[in-house]
Amino acid sequence: MSVRVQREDFDVGAELAALGAGNRRVGAITSFVGLVRDLHVREGYHRESVSALTLEHYPGMTETAIEEIEAEANARWPLEASLIIHRYGRLEPGDRIVLVAVASPHREAAFEACHFLIDWLKTKAPFWKVEDTSKGEQWVGAHEADDLATKKWER
Amino acid sequence: MKVKYFAWLRQKVGKSEEDVTPPANVATVQDLVAWLSSQSARHADAFSEAKVFGAAIDKKVATFATPISGASEVAFFPPFTGG
Repeated sequence: MSVRVQREDFDVGAELAALGAGNRRVGAITSFVGLVRDLHVREGYHRESVSALTLEHYPGMTETAIEEIEAEANARWPLEASLIIHRYGRLEPGDRIVLVAVASPHREAAFEACHFLIDWLKTKAPFWKVEDTSKGEQWVGAHEADDLATKKWER
Repeated sequence: MKVKYFAWLRQKVGKSEEDVTPPANVATVQDLVAWLSSQSARHADAFSEAKVFGAAIDKKVATFATPISGASEVAFFPPFTGG
């Protein structure tokens, strides 16, 4: 289990190669990479173009919150390794924001755990996004779809 | 006690954190919101949309009913939008 909250970019290939390296029980690695896109989406419609996205977080709480989400994934699925890297600061369209990667003996567990982790990261980790758009600075609001995706995994 | 503000709450209040000493009858997060709102127009404006923000006590998510006694840090923020 590993959590990194950082300003710097990350190397997806190197991170995936290192995940569970040498662990012969690993039969599947899945990953999710979130990127900054250049369109502000609200209620399903593309509205304004986005020139930059700035992520703010709550140092000290962020790491703990992500570790709790990661621990929940490990309690639900047989994972051999997991990694979450989440960036903060000013990012531009095309930049990577987040990497979620998990290693498991089985692909179903790997797919499901990865999906669960990104869904819960969206609504349970203290990050906030503000976009520089063609209509000025806009805080990204919570999306109902993200709340529903979070609830899907509730027990 | 230290109070922290994030995202647009920080912008509306005009500071990222402050040290406050609320009176003894301020017992819960809800009480603290009401008391802070009485301290300045900027606080009142920031907290006017009570349905759209949450709180944490000592870096743990709290509800408006959570007691604040013994807390060293209370944070207010909009819903999380990570990922």
